[in-house]
Amino acid sequence: MEVKNRGMAIIDGMPVEIEGERNLLELIRKVGIELPTFCYLSELSIHGACRMCMVEDKRGNLAAACSEQPRNGMEIRTNTARLRKYRKNILELLLGNHCRDCTACGFSGKCKLQDLAMRFNIAGVRFPNAMSEPSVDASSPCIVKDKSKCILCGDCVRMCEEIQTVGAIAFSRRGSRMTIGTAFDIPLAHSNCVGCGQCAAVCPTGSILPRDDTGDVWRDLADTDNMMTVQIAPAVRVALGREFGLPEGENAIGKIVAALRRLGFAEVYDTSTGADLTILEESKELLERLADGKRHAMPLFTSCCPAWVRFCELRYPELMSEISTSFSPMHMLASVIKEQYRDVFRQVRHVAIMPCTAKKFERSRHEFSRDGRQLVDHIVTTRELVRMIKEAGIVFSELESEAVDAPFGAMSGAGVIFGVSGGVTEAVLRRVSTDKSPTALRRIALTGVRGMAGVKHSSITVDDREVRIAVVSGLGNAAMLIERIKAGEERYDFVEVMACPGGCVSGAGQPYAPQAQREMRGRGLYSADKLCNIRRAEDNPLMLSLYRGLLKGRTHELLHAHYKSSVQRTSITIRIRRGKPVSG
Amino acid sequence: METSIDLKVMDGIIDRYETKSSAVIAILQAIQEKWRYIPREAFPKLASRLGLSEAQIYSVATFYDNFSLEPKGKYVIKICDGTACHVRKSIPILERLRGELGLSRIKVTTDDLLFTVETVSCLGACGLAPVLTVNEKAHPAMTPDKASILLAKLREEEHNVA
Ligand code: SF4
Ligand code: SF4
Ligand code: FES
Repeated sequence: MEVKNRGMAIIDGMPVEIEGERNLLELIRKVGIELPTFCYLSELSIHGACRMCMVEDKRGNLAAACSEQPRNGMEIRTNTARLRKYRKNILELLLGNHCRDCTACGFSGKCKLQDLAMRFNIAGVRFPNAMSEPSVDASSPCIVKDKSKCILCGDCVRMCEEIQTVGAIAFSRRGSRMTIGTAFDIPLAHSNCVGCGQCAAVCPTGSILPRDDTGDVWRDLADTDNMMTVQIAPAVRVALGREFGLPEGENAIGKIVAALRRLGFAEVYDTSTGADLTILEESKELLERLADGKRHAMPLFTSCCPAWVRFCELRYPELMSEISTSFSPMHMLASVIKEQYRDVFRQVRHVAIMPCTAKKFERSRHEFSRDGRQLVDHIVTTRELVRMIKEAGIVFSELESEAVDAPFGAMSGAGVIFGVSGGVTEAVLRRVSTDKSPTALRRIALTGVRGMAGVKHSSITVDDREVRIAVVSGLGNAAMLIERIKAGEERYDFVEVMACPGGCVSGAGQPYAPQAQREMRGRGLYSADKLCNIRRAEDNPLMLSLYRGLLKGRTHELLHAHYKSSVQRTSITIRIRRGKPVSG
Repeated sequence: METSIDLKVMDGIIDRYETKSSAVIAILQAIQEKWRYIPREAFPKLASRLGLSEAQIYSVATFYDNFSLEPKGKYVIKICDGTACHVRKSIPILERLRGELGLSRIKVTTDDLLFTVETVSCLGACGLAPVLTVNEKAHPAMTPDKASILLAKLREEEHNVA
């Protein structure tokens, strides 16, 4: 049995109770001291490389707080003259090896190195700059990596390896020649990177950033021949507001709609409408599977997370046929819009506002083109939209909320919760459950699908048959579950996979937020669902008119993808860590 | 001389070890022993068999200077440039060998993949300075002329084999 570490320690003269904190750093932060760090992230293993978190004990011994166990009777000082001097030295050394073109960096204002340089009052750097030339890999549609801004903290490597079990990037070489990159430094686009962007989400500097495509969008907006249409994904509305002073998790959909109209979009829609189509199509697939009398060894996997689809394609190509063929909500809506405006002389352009970097890859897949054109023309992440709103000088907080447009303006609450892990499953359960009473909704919510845990299990009964469900987020958890299914240790009918821990609210296109704040985003979506008067996709009147009109006899052609995978099985089998699933 | 990589042979080498990630260094060594370098083809193979990603294996392979990712010649000539050898004039030997083979500090292997010439910091045989090794066999008290003769001998051997 695990014995919790207990006792008392004294930190900067303040007595503190040790309550099982896993390291001294957490104990120090508990008393409200923001000890600086570069290489510590609570969800990853401890690296202990940056040395910013050094503290001093009574006898003047130094230790890295992140790598030190709290012990009863410890007396620790965190802010001595010596420590301040060392921290400044470290910062200067890092800056001596770092591109210092802050004004032209996409991470300016959010960068931890910049922030700590300011906090520690770095007035000048004594060393010549050894990294003034950018060294950029812009091959990926999802992320851009610039080695000249890397401080070698390894956060990205551990994220990619430990949480995602992809291992696309690693340290290479040694000493002063050490860098972070792919095998043989091949471009990311040719590696096993799945574009989830979680490395960018944790990088403390601008060394890995989500790709910025705003230039293309501005250009299209300026062209008066274009008719600009746009959709907003569920997770965006609960993450964007905080960047403009609203509370974390507050639903800002009305203001976002208003801002997009000001930017010049003629028609503004909600991806939740597309999600309703996904629910209906995916539920149909599930019900058909349940009824076909065959014993399926593999479950039906969801298809809305493109990083997951890519991961499956590269690591488990044999499972691609088990992935739902239904389009993701984004492509559902885009497909319907492009079909509706087929004959309009003006060029319809469609932009999707997404919390996700991998959507930029999904957009470019050949499965999602029609008549030689992609269904979605540009993906703008939440972070990019923030930038566009600021660039346009729109005072976001003063915007009056506006509603999305007809004719595709109706959505159900089921479509809104797609943005959080478990949401897709809950929405599908609402659809397939034969009990349509209001209490059934509550019961479904309590089957275990909600919450930020990395692996969740649930089951319901449909026509006297138990339907077994798993909900995973984080690709490492997905891989672990698949291995268990393959080994015959588990059997499921339906598995929802999201690559980002906690689902799209934690997407790499979102402004960075620690776990607690990401949970608030999730809660924001559940309350948005509650406020909807339509809670089930099939009750959305728009669905009926679409299925009777535009989609009649064409659902297969317009709403389903047949992944023709051109990749051969590559080498990406990172062994899955056994033991406890990583929750995120 | 093997130029193409027989993947079956590689599987055979890996089979001699436990296929777990901790065996990676031993396996890389064995592969290097066979081909005198670590061919790129080894990476996907090792990745799928050891449960590592290619980037992770590359990380190990580039950490140690002893691993080479570039093909090496059949005869690897290492000229010691430790202090003892250096003061006893190892550099002229190096220059002679490079000159005769058309090699430089950057181009270390001949196009026919027969010879690789590199320097090492100290071979631990300072009593024999200046010393060089050919495929681990030490040749003591070298001079540029002796090196030329050695080279001619190796070429002749090669000629007789072919
Ligand atoms: S790219 Fe960013 S996260 Fe990765 S090691 Fe460099 S600074 Fe750290
Ligand atoms: S985008 Fe995802 S898969 Fe690609 S390197 Fe970053 S963490 Fe790894
Ligand atoms: S945070 Fe402790 S060494 Fe980096």
